[in-house]
Amino acid sequence: MSDITILDEIKNAVDSTDVLLFMKGSPQFPQCGFSSTVCQILNHLGLEFKSVDVLQNAEIRDGIKQFSSWPTIPQLYVKGEFIGGCDIVREMFESGELAEYLTSKGVTVSS
Amino acid sequence: MAMQASEIERLIREGLPGAEVRIEDLRGDGDHYAAFVKSAAFKGKSRVQQHQMVYAALKGNMGEALHALALQTSVPD
Repeated sequence: MSDITILDEIKNAVDSTDVLLFMKGSPQFPQCGFSSTVCQILNHLGLEFKSVDVLQNAEIRDGIKQFSSWPTIPQLYVKGEFIGGCDIVREMFESGELAEYLTSKGVTVSS
Repeated sequence: MAMQASEIERLIREGLPGAEVRIEDLRGDGDHYAAFVKSAAFKGKSRVQQHQMVYAALKGNMGEALHALALQTSVPD
């Protein structure tokens, strides 16, 4: 599969999912501390979110970095928009900005 | 593969002339650092854009030679 279809595949997933986390491992079994931190934040906010385990698919693991021109995993997307990696999500969470942003995008936050 | 703190600092300074840069070695394994970067070039930029500017300065090392860089960017007052 050429890069174009991977980037299209990623775009479709990102655009069709309210909260989508590209991570290493899964929320139940995160394989990296940074991915685990983001999962804990999303769970703390009581969010429903989908995740993609980039360790299962090398093409997605590289493609997502091209898609967002962001070199690392995890990567959080809300309503099709790239929010950031672990640092930014944690910074926004600690300042309350993340809950505010999610609510402004019509995503229900429960705490 | 790993990187030296001085190398990270040099690349960021080169990519963001005039920036204040402080690197902290989080684990002593050459793979886990924190970087605090203050630059006027960040003014008006979103956090994502600010971090992307630092990653660009690192010329592809981020996520390759350098596994983890906890990044905090800020704009001078």
